[in-house]
Formats: sequence, structure tokens, C-alpha cells
Amino acid sequence: MKALFGQLLLGLINGSFYALLSLGLSIIFGLLNVINFAHGALYMLGAFAAYVGLVQLGIGYWPALVLSPLVVGVLGLLIEVLLLRRLYGLDPLYGLLLTFGLTLVLEGAFQQLFGVSGNPYPMPAQLSGGADVRFMFLPWYRGWAVVVSLLVCFASWWVIERTRLGSYLRAGTENPRLLQAFGVNVPLMFTLTYAYGVALAAFAGVMAAPIYQVSPSMGSNLIMVVFAVVVIGGMGSIAGSIITGVGLGLVEGMTKYFYPEFASTVVFIIMAIVLLVRPAGLFGRER
Amino acid sequence: MTEMLRVSDLHSFYGESHILHGVDFVVERGELVTLLGRNGAGRTTTLKSILGLVDRRSGSIVLNGREVIDLAPHRIARLGVGWCPEERGIFASLSAEENLLLLPEFSSEGMSVEEIYRMFPNLYERRKSPGMRLSGGEQQMLAMARILRTGARLLLLDEITEGLAPVIVQALGRVVRKLKELGYTIVMVEQNFRFAAPLADRHHVLENGRIVQTVGKDELQAKQGLLHQYLGV
Ligand SMILES: Nc1ncnc2c1ncn2[C@@H]1O[C@H](COP(=O)(O)OP(=O)(O)OP(=O)(O)O)[C@@H](O)[C@H]1O
Ligand SMILES: [Mg+2]
Repeated sequence: MKALFGQLLLGLINGSFYALLSLGLSIIFGLLNVINFAHGALYMLGAFAAYVGLVQLGIGYWPALVLSPLVVGVLGLLIEVLLLRRLYGLDPLYGLLLTFGLTLVLEGAFQQLFGVSGNPYPMPAQLSGGADVRFMFLPWYRGWAVVVSLLVCFASWWVIERTRLGSYLRAGTENPRLLQAFGVNVPLMFTLTYAYGVALAAFAGVMAAPIYQVSPSMGSNLIMVVFAVVVIGGMGSIAGSIITGVGLGLVEGMTKYFYPEFASTVVFIIMAIVLLVRPAGLFGRER
Repeated sequence: MTEMLRVSDLHSFYGESHILHGVDFVVERGELVTLLGRNGAGRTTTLKSILGLVDRRSGSIVLNGREVIDLAPHRIARLGVGWCPEERGIFASLSAEENLLLLPEFSSEGMSVEEIYRMFPNLYERRKSPGMRLSGGEQQMLAMARILRTGARLLLLDEITEGLAPVIVQALGRVVRKLKELGYTIVMVEQNFRFAAPLADRHHVLENGRIVQTVGKDELQAKQGLLHQYLGV
């Protein structure tokens, strides 16, 4: 029993990270029509920003939780303004190729600088240890990671679906040209949306640093699953990508307990089935 | 009277297709002019070109004394241009009220939400409905209403009566007349000549991306035959 709940908790953590990442991917794809392959690399960069900040500058976990997404967000601004912007109006394949190339560059550079092995990131002292709840041991940090990630997801959902600011994003996702013709600075919206999406990835990276090791390949391991999550959830639904992310994390955790051999493929099996039955994804709208 | 809009030697392109071949016309402040023509004549393209929504354009477009041919669409809109697109352009995932409130206000001259609801009572009743649930008439009313909130003083209306029931067309006629009384400057693309004729100060007939005929309201009687010939009615 303890082992099952342990796996479920791990699944929930992974699921929260999937949710953070797929949320960013789907708002970026929705508005910019860019499949941001670099999302995993920017998650890795978020973790490394925290690691380097700690080792070189003595900046601890708590400031890093804010600073690292800011740094990566600014990098996102530059990527959008200097690179992605040139590709709008072309086939989305170009954006995919560009961000794929960017991923190779970033991962290669970090392998050169830090080697391929993982670097441990210490748990913040306030959250070390844990408690025995009825049927399992709950490490504080893991509980924190889940709660905070889901809160950030929920807050993003609320802003997008319930506020005036969010109505710009929804309208722009439907028809950016029209929105611009009504006087909204859509090019600026594109830049800020990309920056926000990648800042979410960096935030997940910092959250993940104390749980997993910080390594140049941590993003590429994760991003494959996240793309599967996006395909399963379907583009175009914010709530859908959050629910799918968490749900699939749990499914993975459960599979690890019952059929460990299957754990790394179960998401892709589900993806294949969903593609056959509902090509637009569980929550997606046919376009 | 002062000039609101001067379009000179306007050429527009979609990709490689050259659609407008030197369009010229002038609209004075407070005037209502129409762009008439057969399907594909380039009327929608003329409105889109004013807002910078074509792939490429050359010539000159002067809005309120300011050259805008090189400005981005949102900058042009913010100089006080309201667009009511041919396909209405209601955002399906936004409620009617979100659609209404979406557009930024460019100046304090716009109508208040209360005034707008007084002008379009149906919209008040439907304000919570998602855009995709609105009827064609409601969508058209909303497309008109939302540009009145922004403070835009030049309205570009593209076939607002298309496909609507006669009562709704009448209601729209009253709205347009009211807007004219309020001093708005209006460029209207219409197929429905009977709707446009009593409202307009001047009619421009487009053919193959050029203005081939201009008819003032006092010449309507005299040039009726000519117009019919151009419009094929
Ligand atoms: N996005 C586009 N790409 C390429 N060609 C276009 C595009 N939009 C319009 N055209 C072409 O430009 C020409 C003028 O079209 P426009 O929409 O301005 O016509 P219109 O006078 O508004 O007529 P109607 O609305 O009745 O079709 C047509 O030949 C049309 O095929
Ligand atoms: Mg048209």
C-alpha cells in the first residue's frame, strides 16, 4: 500500500510538471501557431539558472523560484523578437525546426559547460523532512511542489478564462489579425505570451531541481511525454491541458506500481488510442 | 468641412495577386459614402487596405491629415478607425459582452456601454451568451456596437445587411442614420442599393480594382441607368 501511494505521489508531481509545461505549449501554439520544441530545453535552463545561481552567486531556492523564470522569460522575449517573429505566416514546421535547433544548441552548450551527469540541488531547509500520514510518508517538498504547481496552473486558467486580459488571449487565439485591426498590439501580445509560456517551463524546472538532478538532458526526457500529453489533451483547451497533464502523471505512477515495464510507454499507448478514436484530442476542438 | 480620409493611387496585393489598381477617393468628416460594385470588384479589399490588412499596398492613405500607409494595423485602428468586417468577426469563444468590451478605447469620445445597450436592446438581453450562440442579426448588431465604444470616428462597414431579415435591415438603417446624425464618418460597402441610396452622400462604383464612377446623391436620378448597368441589377 505504501509503495502504491508513493508512486501515486510521484505521478502527481510529474503530472503537475506536465501540466505546467503543456499549459505553456498550448497557449503558445494557440496564439503564435508555433510548436515550441525548445520548451524542454527552457525547462532545463530554468533548473540550471537556479543551480548556477546557488553555486556561483549564492542565490537560494526561494529567490530562484522567482528569478529563474524571469531570466528565462527574458530569454524568451529575445527568442521571439529576434528569431520566431521572422517565421510567422510560414508553415508551422519552420517554427518547429527552429526551436528544435535551439534545443540542440542549448543542450549542447550545457553539456560542454557542465558535463552530462546530473548535479544535485539541495532541498530548501524549510521543506526538508516530511510526515507520516495515514498510509504513506509524505515528504514536505513533494507536497509543496504539487500544490504550488497546481496553484500556478489554476491561476493561469483563471486569468485566461475569466479576466479581460485573458479575453485578449482567447480572441487572439481565434483570429490575431482581426484583433489587431481592432487596435490591440498583437505583436506585443505574441512576445509576452511566448515569454510567459517559457517562464512557466522554467518555473517547473526550478520546482523539479531538488527532486531530480539538474542535468542538460532533463528537458528532453520530459518533453517527449509532454508532447504526448498535449496530443492527448488536444490543443486549444487550457483546462484540458492541465487536467490531462495531472491525469497522465497519475496513470504513469499507477503503471509503475502495477506493471513497471510499461511505465515509460503507457502515455504513448494512450496517445495512439486517443489519436485513433478522437484525433482532435480529449478536450480539443476540431479546427 | 475637413477631410477625414483621402485615398490616393492605392494599389493592393494578396501574395502575387494585384487586386487594387489605383483607387482614389476622399471622404469629408461627417459624410457617408458607399463603395458599390459586383462581386470581386475589390470593395472589401479597399476597406482592408485602409487598415493595413492586405499583404502589400502602395499609394497614399491619409487619415485626419496623417499618412498611414506604412503603419501597422493596430496603430491605424487607434487613430480612430472602426471596422465591421464582412464575416462580422464575432469571437466565438467570448461572450457577447466580452466581445463588446474587448476593443480598446482610443479616445473618450466613444459611447458608454449603457448608451450602446440603449441603442441595441437585444444585445443587453444576450450579453452573457457565447459569441457562437448569437443569431446572424445579433452578431451584426454586436459587430456594429463594439466599434462604437472605442471612440472611433471613421467607421468602415462591410455589407452589414447581407443575409439579414427585412426587420433587422430596417433596424440597421435606423442605427446608421443615427450614427450619421451623431457626426460619424462612414464608408459603407453595400450590395443592397435600396438600403444604401437614402443614407449616402455619394456612391463610388468599383470595377476590377478601380473606381469607375462616382455619383453624388443629387445625381442619383440622372445616373440611375448608368448605375444599374455597372451593378448589373
Ligand atoms: N485573401 C485573398 N487572397 C487572394 N485573393 C483574394 C483574397 N481576398 C480576396 N481576393 C481576391 O480579390 C478580389 C477582390 O475581392 P474583394 O473581397 O475585395 O471583393 P468584393 O468587392 O468585396 O466582393 P465580394 O465581397 O462580393 O466578394 C477578388 O478577385 C478575390 O478573389
Ligand atoms: Mg466583400
